[in-house]
Amino acid sequence: MTKFFVNGKPVQVDVDPSTPLLWVLREALALTGTKFGCGMALCGACTVHLDGRAIRSCVAPVSRAEGKHVTTIEGLSANLTHPLQRAWIELDVPQCGYCQSGQIMSAAILLAENKSPSDEDIDEAMGGNICRCGTYPRIRSAIHRAAELAREQRTK
Amino acid sequence: MSATTMLGRREFIRTSAAVGGGLIVGMHLPALGAGKLPKDAVPQPVAITAYVRIAPDESVTIVANHSEMGQGVYTSLPMLINEELEANWTNIHVLPAPVDPVYNHPVFGMQMTGGSTSTAAEWDHYRKMGAIARAMLVQAAAQEWSVDPASCHVENGVVIHAASSRRVSYGSLADAAAKIPAPADVPLKPPKDFGIIGKPTHRLDTPSKVNGAAQFGLDVNLPGMLVAVVARSPYFGGKVANVDSAEALKIHGVKAIEQIPTGIAVIADGFWPAKRARDLLAVEWDRGPNGNLSTEEMLREFSETSKKPGDIAMKTGEPAAALASATKTITAEYDVPYLAHAMMEPLNCVVDLRADSCEIWTGTQFQTVDRMRAAQVAGLPPEKVQVHTTYLGGGFGRRANPASDFVVEAVNVAKMAKAPVKVIWTREDDLRGGWYRPMWHDRFVAGVDASGNPVAWTHTIVGQSIMQGTLFESFIKNGIDSTSVEGAADILYNFPNLQVDLHTAKIGVPVQWWRSVGHSHTGFSVEAFFDEVAHAGGKDPYELRRTLLAKQPRMLAVLELAAQEANWGSKLPLGVGRGIATHFSFESYVAQVVEASVEKGAVRVHRVVCAVDCGRAINPDTVKAQMEGGIIFGLTAALKTEITFKDGRVQQGNFNDYPMLRIFESPKIEVYIVPSTKNPTGVGEPGVPPVAPALANAIFDATGKRIRRLPIRRSDLA
Repeated sequence: MTKFFVNGKPVQVDVDPSTPLLWVLREALALTGTKFGCGMALCGACTVHLDGRAIRSCVAPVSRAEGKHVTTIEGLSANLTHPLQRAWIELDVPQCGYCQSGQIMSAAILLAENKSPSDEDIDEAMGGNICRCGTYPRIRSAIHRAAELAREQRTK
Repeated sequence: MSATTMLGRREFIRTSAAVGGGLIVGMHLPALGAGKLPKDAVPQPVAITAYVRIAPDESVTIVANHSEMGQGVYTSLPMLINEELEANWTNIHVLPAPVDPVYNHPVFGMQMTGGSTSTAAEWDHYRKMGAIARAMLVQAAAQEWSVDPASCHVENGVVIHAASSRRVSYGSLADAAAKIPAPADVPLKPPKDFGIIGKPTHRLDTPSKVNGAAQFGLDVNLPGMLVAVVARSPYFGGKVANVDSAEALKIHGVKAIEQIPTGIAVIADGFWPAKRARDLLAVEWDRGPNGNLSTEEMLREFSETSKKPGDIAMKTGEPAAALASATKTITAEYDVPYLAHAMMEPLNCVVDLRADSCEIWTGTQFQTVDRMRAAQVAGLPPEKVQVHTTYLGGGFGRRANPASDFVVEAVNVAKMAKAPVKVIWTREDDLRGGWYRPMWHDRFVAGVDASGNPVAWTHTIVGQSIMQGTLFESFIKNGIDSTSVEGAADILYNFPNLQVDLHTAKIGVPVQWWRSVGHSHTGFSVEAFFDEVAHAGGKDPYELRRTLLAKQPRMLAVLELAAQEANWGSKLPLGVGRGIATHFSFESYVAQVVEASVEKGAVRVHRVVCAVDCGRAINPDTVKAQMEGGIIFGLTAALKTEITFKDGRVQQGNFNDYPMLRIFESPKIEVYIVPSTKNPTGVGEPGVPPVAPALANAIFDATGKRIRRLPIRRSDLA
């Protein structure tokens, strides 16, 4: 039995401890916002936060989450109010949308650590997330916009 | 509750679609899979027509007969309908259509999404659907008030009788409107009155794509559902010779391991046990007829073949004589590889097969064909098979499979599973599963006269036919699969003597349309070779294009716009080159200018300027997004990816050896849309073809090196 927290709620799952966290989230906990893309930590579609750090859940055995806090896209905000979600909507970033949970979760860590990221900072932080539809130019603009929205929120 | 609402799934409609395009009149209104609606759908709406449903809470559900795979149709189709319907835009929801002839593609006569046609083909149809529904709502209000319908008008979801200051909302009219016979002909608004068409409009699907709510095929979960992965032959056409599943069966959670036509299905209570068990299978494969496929050999054969005359796809003038008398001839051969679509969401399909029914959930571009094939495999009449279309995590053509490969296989697995089952393809399964963009070889011989003007252009194409051996084989005319020569045989440049011929290679690799289809290779080879011809004749490649496009005003306009915005002819920083290309595809005109350099042996793309004429842009922001995405898709093909074979096996498997362009490699992109009042044309694909040649031409400008094969290799730059 592995016990941990997902989006603030305690969960316990009875699966083989080698099972990647991704499949526990998707199949056991029905949190399908986190996506399967490659299974080898190459594309970033499965990105979630583990105790405030971005991890690729497709290669993280669930045992690694024992006692820790996992945040998924579903837990980013209750009502689309996270600055990244607001910016993504404002700039209509997604096309097919499949990679966007991972993109946003990677970007959320970047913004938590860097209030005004440069293009280079964005390139570095987001380099592990693939988008086949080619939304990169909008992702870059939306991260800048989200940083701006976050600054506005703080000064209010 | 009204009788109409209560009829629910079995209700009938008098005239579901009394407008042109071969639509069916008076047929039943298809059931929309009650209880399985997407999260953003609205309960208990009343069907006004097959395409418009209105609920008492004023929510309006637009039924979309094309799949949303990122190209924005779940926004552009509602925009078309609502231009005429004039409901409150914030109340609009979208529901994927079930499979039914009433939802057929107005041109192709089957339910499908492809060919960059969705918005263009529905341009009249969806507006008429909106106009018909509006007329029925107005009629219902007029009857209630006993006034002439012509004395009423609509505004933002309300019917108004101005003379008596009476107003009634669509939601409260829905029941009555549904009983009104659908009018056969309703005039459409003149373009000068357009409200939403042409206005950048936020996508309706964005909110659900930033909080994890959007449901893709892979996200479908049914009660009691099992998960399967399949061990498929690593050789196309190979068969299982022997299998030992003893170790695999020991994995906790494995329910069954069964042979199916495509291999060995491992069925378990989750993905991980299924995948672990598959890794433990010991399968011996009979290699079959394609066990010796070799890319190296194909390259050699294609090149040899290209030196012989093929089937003539286009001939004007006397190219042979013109070449013979040319001052200078230029010869070059180009190669592009097999390419996988590599949608971010790997293929998958959920099937619930019962004795007398089969329900399928998947992200598909090919509902009618999928249903037909699934019915054959399930041994059921097609009407007992329902396909629920989810969001597609990318399509790019792969999910419009002529053999319905991923659906048929899933039904075969379901026969073994005896429970609802989801078949998941791993990334490796997906990349090695075939149905690639064909490998192509292009050989050109062109001649220029003493002043450098092209007098002859001959182009021999070698590659597999996409249509051959499929249910679309009848599209092949006189040995020519038009998708093999599109973008070459219909070249817009005014060459006095032109010949394009084709050798259709017979190779056992399953091939398929891949974003921009034949244009994905002809765009590259034609436009890169054009640059060679221009330089051989001492001409500026932009000016020569202008000269030869003098009779093509729409292409000339995008060419000039792109050149102007890119400041063609201006000085660039040292080491940076500039290249230009145009391409006409899916009835749209695109020109692109690329600025690139070679740094430490690697290509760096700095900037891409794109001009597009796609007729009237329905949602200009979507047009921009599709050009941006098409450019990045095309750059991945130019710089990164190839599927190759050795000893019959695909040599790539995941994003480590089939890499995608990443954000740090993504250039600055500017898109300019030519204002137009012409009917809308394709948008999803036309952005792809020009970028690889514009890049190749930029590299030549920067380094003097000609790029004649893709992906671009370091050795071609040194």
